[in-house]
Amino acid sequence: MATALAKDVASTQWVDEKPGSFRVSRSAFTDPDVLARERDAIFDHCWLYIGHESELGKPNDFVRRDVGGRDLIFNRDRKGEYRAFFNTCPHRGASVVRDAAGSAISFKCFYHGWSFNNNGTFATRFAEGTYADDFNSDGCANLKPVPKLAGFAGFWFVNFDPSAVSLEDYLGDAKDFLLVVADHSANGMEIVDGVQEYSVKSNWKLLVENSFDGYHAAETHSTYMEYLVDAIGGPADLFPARGNVSRAYDLGNGHAVIEGPAPWGRPVAQWIPAWGEKGREDIAAIYAELVERLGEERANRVAYGNRNLVIFPNLVINDIMAITVRTFYPESPDFMKVNSWALAPRGESRVFRKRRLDSFLEFLGPGGFATPDDVEALESCQRGYRNQAAVGWNDISRGILKENPAADDESQMRTFWREWDRRMAGAGESA
Amino acid sequence: MSAAIEAKLSGKAGGAELSRAEIEDFLYLEAHLLDEWRLDEWLALFANGATYEVPTTGVAEDADSADSLFLIADDYARLQHRVKRLNKQGAHSEWPRSHTVRSLSNVRILDRENGEVAVRSVFITYRSKADVTNCYFGHHLHQLRIVDGDVRIASKRSILDMNSLRPQGRVSIIL
Repeated sequence: MATALAKDVASTQWVDEKPGSFRVSRSAFTDPDVLARERDAIFDHCWLYIGHESELGKPNDFVRRDVGGRDLIFNRDRKGEYRAFFNTCPHRGASVVRDAAGSAISFKCFYHGWSFNNNGTFATRFAEGTYADDFNSDGCANLKPVPKLAGFAGFWFVNFDPSAVSLEDYLGDAKDFLLVVADHSANGMEIVDGVQEYSVKSNWKLLVENSFDGYHAAETHSTYMEYLVDAIGGPADLFPARGNVSRAYDLGNGHAVIEGPAPWGRPVAQWIPAWGEKGREDIAAIYAELVERLGEERANRVAYGNRNLVIFPNLVINDIMAITVRTFYPESPDFMKVNSWALAPRGESRVFRKRRLDSFLEFLGPGGFATPDDVEALESCQRGYRNQAAVGWNDISRGILKENPAADDESQMRTFWREWDRRMAGAGESA
Repeated sequence: MSAAIEAKLSGKAGGAELSRAEIEDFLYLEAHLLDEWRLDEWLALFANGATYEVPTTGVAEDADSADSLFLIADDYARLQHRVKRLNKQGAHSEWPRSHTVRSLSNVRILDRENGEVAVRSVFITYRSKADVTNCYFGHHLHQLRIVDGDVRIASKRSILDMNSLRPQGRVSIIL
């Protein structure tokens, strides 16, 4: 259905917030006009995750990435500088890089053979007289760089808006949560080989909500919780309260996190009996290093905390039984592509790396004991929106009257939706 | 499976070998049990200590789940729980049950060593649910051995020969 797109209001008609009530129109998940507006108001102006520094370990390394509807090259040039280019030949448009990853001192388009140094400079020589003498004096034959590229705590982002605020200003209070992830290891963090490339037949914002939804776990993931009881005797009686309760935090600019005690083992650094006595000693050593490097309070956060973080609009970093880095983009209102990686301490022992990846797969990903049921739920919601003429609104008001909302409330989703609403109301503006 | 076949498999019967036809029969039985959601019977085809793995698309065929992120890397305990979970209505992704057909072909015996036979087969698996049909394609690597006279799976690695898990989105069925 067509929706009127008023440009002169500070709020859209899709988000309806009143005292004690927060609702989102189901048309926000189905209307092609909404997606077109999101591409402009959100994906063309927000900082979007492109990759982790560990994926470009050496000068000349490159990866190819789809980000915000673009096909991009993320690479390091011969001098080691990080770069991001639009992956299209300035000549006719073909993809210049066609491998998912690799190492190259130059890129060559397979169509007519135009070549580029890995700093983007046009590097093809032609016989004199083939082109005008001043050809490429304006850079028209160079690879086009992405307007903005910046990294923080090992996470690299692009922005298609040349006048966007700096990455650090954009990240706001989310910076500390990225630093907590980086604090897991004195040796730095690395993306593990392999990526789960899957899809969901639903609107992308349903996965935003789901990625830090503490409310659905007991119901949707009953079989995973039963597995925990079988496998590790948890979760309920294994982990007595550590004196802290789960909380949701608004980190500014639409970013939010839920944080609380982890009800499962963490390779950094919460032991479970299934890991045995040797595992207990290893975890004690990892924990002692954290305390020495970070102090006890922050070490406890790193070791025992469970964090589901969403950097607006679509970067999920869930530091739970393992760490997943997940991003996703809409292909249409009812279909998204998802990429999920595992992040881990560099130099982790093989035993703990295996435990980490096993824990990841038990819960996460298209073959896990939990994610497929999330996918089922999201696709079920999307089908339910066929009834929107009769049932038009989602309720997101849980915990709205609480001063300190918990992880199983919905304030973190309201944080997302308020920023979504603000940006959609002022479509096309830099912010 | 008889002791005579065990002898054949280990090469003790005058160099005779478990035939490709016998191996195919076994693989067809496995596929049949999965198509009919007879998961307990399917699990019984695995030897103690067996593994079931599905690597992510794009990693090396011989990737190790201790080094690379997989989609599934079940040891025997987790494999047993996978079946236990899929037998529950709480496994929402497969409830109501999806409809599936597993078609196997190109069965090749790669190796016979230490009483085990390594078999490669090509699979095309259709999954239909909620009016959406998806196709998974790739190849299985089975390591088979004889246990108490029966053919048993020592390990099964199902490699998706697709460039990504799109649009399938999940491997909540067993491939």
